[in-house]
Amino acid sequence: MLSKWGKAILCTVLAGSVLLAGCGGGGAKKDAAKPQGKIKVAFVHNGSVNDGGWTNSHSNGRLQLLKDNKNVEAVYVENVGDGADAERVINQLASQGNKIIFACSFGYMDSMLNVAKKYPDTVFMHCSGYKTAPNMGNYFGRIYQARYLTGMVAGKQTKTNLIGYVAAFPIPEVVRGINAFTLGVRAVNPNAKVKVIWTNTWYDPAKEKQAGLTVLDAGADVLTQHQDTVGPQIAAQERGKYSIGYHMDMSKAAPKAVLTSAVWNWGPFYERVVKQVQDGTWKSGAIWEGMKDNVVDIAPYGPMVPEETKKLVDAAKKDIISGKLNPFAGEIKDQTGKVRVAKGQALGDADLLKMDWFVEGVDGTISK
Amino acid sequence: MKIRIEKSLAPKRSSQIIVPILATVLSLFFCALFFVATGRDPLDVYSAMFGGALGSGYGVSETLVKTIPLALCGLGVAIAFRMQLWNIGAEGQFYMGAVAATWVPLHFPDLPAFVMLPAMMVAGAIGGGLWGLLAGWLKAKWLVSELISTLMMNYIAILWANYLVYGAWKDPNGHNFPLSAPFPKAALLPTFGDTRVHFGIVFVVILAVILYFIFKKSKWGYKTMVIGSNATAARYIGIDIKKQILLVMFISGAIAGFAGMVEVSGIVGKLQPGISPGYGYTAIIVAWLGRLHPAAIIVVAFLFAIIQVGGFMIQTMGIPSATATMLQGAILFFVVGSEILTNYELKIADKEETKHE
Repeated sequence: MLSKWGKAILCTVLAGSVLLAGCGGGGAKKDAAKPQGKIKVAFVHNGSVNDGGWTNSHSNGRLQLLKDNKNVEAVYVENVGDGADAERVINQLASQGNKIIFACSFGYMDSMLNVAKKYPDTVFMHCSGYKTAPNMGNYFGRIYQARYLTGMVAGKQTKTNLIGYVAAFPIPEVVRGINAFTLGVRAVNPNAKVKVIWTNTWYDPAKEKQAGLTVLDAGADVLTQHQDTVGPQIAAQERGKYSIGYHMDMSKAAPKAVLTSAVWNWGPFYERVVKQVQDGTWKSGAIWEGMKDNVVDIAPYGPMVPEETKKLVDAAKKDIISGKLNPFAGEIKDQTGKVRVAKGQALGDADLLKMDWFVEGVDGTISK
Repeated sequence: MKIRIEKSLAPKRSSQIIVPILATVLSLFFCALFFVATGRDPLDVYSAMFGGALGSGYGVSETLVKTIPLALCGLGVAIAFRMQLWNIGAEGQFYMGAVAATWVPLHFPDLPAFVMLPAMMVAGAIGGGLWGLLAGWLKAKWLVSELISTLMMNYIAILWANYLVYGAWKDPNGHNFPLSAPFPKAALLPTFGDTRVHFGIVFVVILAVILYFIFKKSKWGYKTMVIGSNATAARYIGIDIKKQILLVMFISGAIAGFAGMVEVSGIVGKLQPGISPGYGYTAIIVAWLGRLHPAAIIVVAFLFAIIQVGGFMIQTMGIPSATATMLQGAILFFVVGSEILTNYELKIADKEETKHE
């Protein structure tokens, strides 16, 4: 113990002298003693790994990767802003010898592209963007498939035919989720409407809960969300209403309210990419995988979900996996009643990735 | 014998410099205890932290990049603080400056750099300045507390910037992501070598020199300090306080707005949400720890840049991101707490004296 305190004192003096001198100390420790053959992988997150949402789902993927692939060393840096910080953090991770860097926020796109040019031997993977380079790919999951299925659950469960949707920002990813969810709702309950309430925040537990209470008090009896906290789930439980989670199985946060959740399952994906890099088969490209590839799924149903609903949704899930069912296949009308996708047609990926309009049945607006 | 604490009428200059440095060292020691308690070797942690921020040319350059907005915003709020005007709104003024500066390249993309950049600087300063002036006007006219109004106006400014990038200013080729179109080359501040250190660092130095002379040598600088230390006296000698409030809030906001311009033009290259991870708020601590002295503000801004840049580096050792925030808080706590040593003196009184009390 004493030696530890001694070290603490020594280090303080040292740190202080660095400050006084105003110039560089020793530099980061070298990793010379590392066993050969292990690949270093790094993750950059915009949120906290314990947020119970988006970042948490990626963090779980990292943990699964570490568990299943013993030739991997993985580090992460959390709470990295989209501004000046992103480029530096990604650069430093690359210079530390990480061979694969996963950046889990769309705001990192240009920063990562800049760093990718400087480190041609490092593999850069950007989540939810659209730019690529010879050594930089992007990836995302078709969570809208899970959204559609959870929409069916909500459509069956609602009595008031009003479903609340607490959403962060009107970016294509969120809009796409709202549309898929609404199409799922209306597939089983054409009279139901989905009321969207924007929070203008990704992470604000109190505000998200308040937004949830507002829609519930306006008559909604099922509440879903596109946020990074469980605030809306807690709101639903407090009011004795139902809710549908997002990112992860949220039944622990509100066991009486959560019907199911649309969940990310990043582990298998990260394992695959790392394996490809280890085998030398990795190629740059845009990867957008879905339920078939096990990247997205729905969480186990809560006890309040009737058998009939379960059977219906499970059948639809099989059809999505087999490719028989595409949530964005026509006919789809927009909010004004205009046919946007004709019968027999389906929206392509390019249209989905920049989606900026709501389908019929959504009560809400996208600021333009 | 009894120990008494007395307010010191003339704090020693040497202690004004030495005590904050000792307090900073003490706060590092305090956090070291925390690392030991959580089973980490503080020597490893601090060497990763300071090594990451200062141990390489790249690290130093990135620390300087981070220093620029902190120092500019710190200088901006310092002007107001000297007059006891509590401008908490540097964050919002920063965003308003960034928005106003962005307006120039988005609407006149073909301007040559020698017109574009000065126009963006003026626009940024005016954008931030007017945002500060609004709070100043409320204060001068209706005695609305600038502490509250500037704080609240931060949210409005940030949401206004969001509104633009989600709507009218959204890049038509950007797949509907909330980013403005990238600036043309002429709208980007020149950088030094292949680092990201941009011309903003020169502005920091120039501005600090100007402010030093204003604070120390100019009549106007003296005037604002008189208002700050004794408004009644200032009124007696005929200073128009309302006018000074408007002027100071405009200048204070203009500097923060200028910082916003410098950040979008020097670093980000477009307008997007989250261009500031709270520079305007950290600047308040920076200005305060720098005791409103322009040179000291730059030094403190550099120190905070080290902590923030290094704070990300230690995360790869499995240390949570909150550590950097904790360290900043500890430094503030110790430095402010140690003020008792500079502004007060310990007097040892003998028994006879105490009898009279």
